[in-house]
Amino acid sequence: MKVKYFAWVRERVGKAEETIEPPATVRTVEELIAWLSGQSEAYAYAFEKPKVIRVAIDHAHVKSDAAIAGANEIAFFPPMTGG
Amino acid sequence: MTFPVTTCPVTIRIQQDDFDIAREIAVLTGSRTDIGAAVSFTGICRSDEDSAKIAALSLEHYPGMAEEEIRRHADEATSRWPLNGVTVIHRVGRFMPGQNIVLVLTASQHRHAAFQAAEFLMDYLKTNAPFWKKEESATGTGWVEAQARDDEAAARWTRS
Repeated sequence: MKVKYFAWVRERVGKAEETIEPPATVRTVEELIAWLSGQSEAYAYAFEKPKVIRVAIDHAHVKSDAAIAGANEIAFFPPMTGG
Repeated sequence: MTFPVTTCPVTIRIQQDDFDIAREIAVLTGSRTDIGAAVSFTGICRSDEDSAKIAALSLEHYPGMAEEEIRRHADEATSRWPLNGVTVIHRVGRFMPGQNIVLVLTASQHRHAAFQAAEFLMDYLKTNAPFWKKEESATGTGWVEAQARDDEAAARWTRS
């Protein structure tokens, strides 16, 4: 699946997007964040406060317990500050 | 609650270029005579944030989702109030104090619907549309933190 990062999440991860293949045991957004955090220090830093991170699946906001099965694109970003 | 079908064009644009408020109102109202109220809100880059001087502001967005998210809220606004038109223009890029950032225009037969819909759209834009601001000041750059007061402002529109 395609993953995108924005604002300081992107800066901390060190890339704007990538394609990842998490194991089948990773079923929810929460589990995906935990899995990514274990990939490197950069991810661990980006996701050090997982409750702060907002997530969208295929352009729609989702909660941390949302299932990731079937997702084409998952995005991680900080709380929004537009307007 | 739904309203009788009226023509309610919804225009959403995300762009680097500035916008012309008078022109956008003219486009929205056009030659129609059923519109009795047009409300516009303009968000402007200001030079002070908690007494710290801001030199510039950079805005980044999530292309695709930003437009879709604004459209979802515009659609909700048109279902909640009898609107005759909605225009939302959000700029991205780097801005200096005094420059325009966002425009929300709402048109209706009467002012209350136009005022409320504009406020609703702005409150949701601030908390739900995927845009992020980065401030540049004399002491460096930093991402703007989300404000609890913005969440509270958006929450008051939630219907049980």
